[in-house]
Amino acid sequence: MPGKLIDVREAAALIPDGATVSFGGFTTQRHPMALIYELIRLGRRNLYLFGHSPGGDWDILIGAGCVKRVELAYEADEAFSTVGPCWRRAVENGRIEWEDYSNFSMVARFTAGAMGIPFIPVRSLLGSDLVTREGLGPAARRADPRTSAKKLHVMDSPFDSRDRVVLVPAIHTEFAVLHVQKATACGTVRIEGQTFADVQQAHCADTVIVTAEDIVEEDDLRREPERNPIPFFVVNHVCHVPYGAHPYAVFNCYDYDPLQIAEYHGAARDDAAFRAYLEKYVLGVEDFAGYLEAVGGRRRLEPLRASPGFGYSPDLPRRRS
Amino acid sequence: MATPDYTLTELMAVTAAREIRDGEVVFAGTGLPMLGVMLAQRTHAPECVIIFEAGTAASRLAHLPMSVGDPRVMRGAAMAAGLMEVFTYVLQAGRVDVGFLSGAQVDRYGNINSTSIGRDPGHPSVRFSGSGGACDIACLAKRTIIIAKHEKRRFPETVDYVTSPGWLQGGDSREASGLVRGGPDTIVTTMGVMRFQPESKAVYLMNYHPGLTPTAVAEATSFPLDVRHAIETRPPTPLELRILREEVDPERIFLT
Repeated sequence: MPGKLIDVREAAALIPDGATVSFGGFTTQRHPMALIYELIRLGRRNLYLFGHSPGGDWDILIGAGCVKRVELAYEADEAFSTVGPCWRRAVENGRIEWEDYSNFSMVARFTAGAMGIPFIPVRSLLGSDLVTREGLGPAARRADPRTSAKKLHVMDSPFDSRDRVVLVPAIHTEFAVLHVQKATACGTVRIEGQTFADVQQAHCADTVIVTAEDIVEEDDLRREPERNPIPFFVVNHVCHVPYGAHPYAVFNCYDYDPLQIAEYHGAARDDAAFRAYLEKYVLGVEDFAGYLEAVGGRRRLEPLRASPGFGYSPDLPRRRS
Repeated sequence: MATPDYTLTELMAVTAAREIRDGEVVFAGTGLPMLGVMLAQRTHAPECVIIFEAGTAASRLAHLPMSVGDPRVMRGAAMAAGLMEVFTYVLQAGRVDVGFLSGAQVDRYGNINSTSIGRDPGHPSVRFSGSGGACDIACLAKRTIIIAKHEKRRFPETVDYVTSPGWLQGGDSREASGLVRGGPDTIVTTMGVMRFQPESKAVYLMNYHPGLTPTAVAEATSFPLDVRHAIETRPPTPLELRILREEVDPERIFLT
């Protein structure tokens, strides 16, 4: 099997302006932040993002002006901030196009794409404005094949007309980018803890990029194949990026960084302060190693390290100011 | 009146905990609902089970999670998988007894807005996070408990956007929409506890928090609120307060 290891900057460079992309993770865990910082340094524009509950991964990309359109259920870092600050301002100032779904319906859409079917029924959404209101009108949808021709379709079951469901359209993206605990040079993947919708996102993408905390031997992962949710032939590129999800957590590796997340949210409320944050941590550094130095290097990262038996740092100071 | 020996957050967490019955499967988000479930597990409902939508079931939490995707939710969990497993096999299949919801606006039928403020959601004056799993929980849990700040603008005549459907327009309108089960059961607010009339599905005041009056609660609500049968909320017991402070949130992350 050919090796798939490439540098994270090379991997980011494969994603062109206007691409359709989904990122793995959930609010405060396992986002491929190192690759996202590279996309910002590369000055990518007009990305189409698909997700369920992204957090600061989308928020910083939106703030940096890389994103044209999103389809999502939620955008926040949960208890760290009840709404992504750049996302909020982009909507309020008309700087982004979006369509609202729920977490279940977005994950069902990824699943339909992963299964190779055009849509999937859910019993959710009925009675809500997620059904009756649309962010993207019919003209905007018709004009752009990257967005489904219709948001959703309510129908009565052909097997029992009293049984109503909502059909939601499959998602196919050009790229899925995941950050995981372990991968091999051939692309076999090990995810520890919650898998979120990473598996479905990988299977409905044309090109899958996996960034990993550790690159391990193929035999190591093949001893327990039931713990490998994505086979190597689905994965196109693998990057070795320790701390690649910082400031977000990776179960069994390191915790989230409350200081960095608080600094981000403090800055991102204001356009000028956000630009200064970007300059200090992303645009003004050479690469991800430069980012890790800028946040404080080993002294900042060491206390985040996961304790065996917990999978996180149990003594990490987390009290909100 | 003497100053109470507990805070409003503590009172609300205790009140939420008392809504959970032993053995129930509970779908909880972060913050106050999590305090409530952890307290319930340590008092009257030791066998209640917490489900996190990001993919874990029956965690034995040792530390309060900051998010449902926090590595802390893995502690002692009976199952770890992804969102699809939890939303289909657990929630949609009807295995969730109670779900917690919150939002910026709640109307008299328990419809919740957590999307945006303004009549045109395409050009909102304020944008929030969006549904997340809230709409799904509102549609598919057997009953829901809503946590809300009690202010006139947060309890309007109608919400600007129905993110999470409650009893819709009241009566049998929820069933007519095609939703197969569920509906809001209780609203725990910063001023009291509300429940829904069995027929009309309109909200009424059941309890007002110590130090307040039923009239004060009605005046902080935009729609007419039936307060005739309201009695004072039972304050937290010393045991509940001790467990909440020493075992549930000793780091004081959410308790104030």
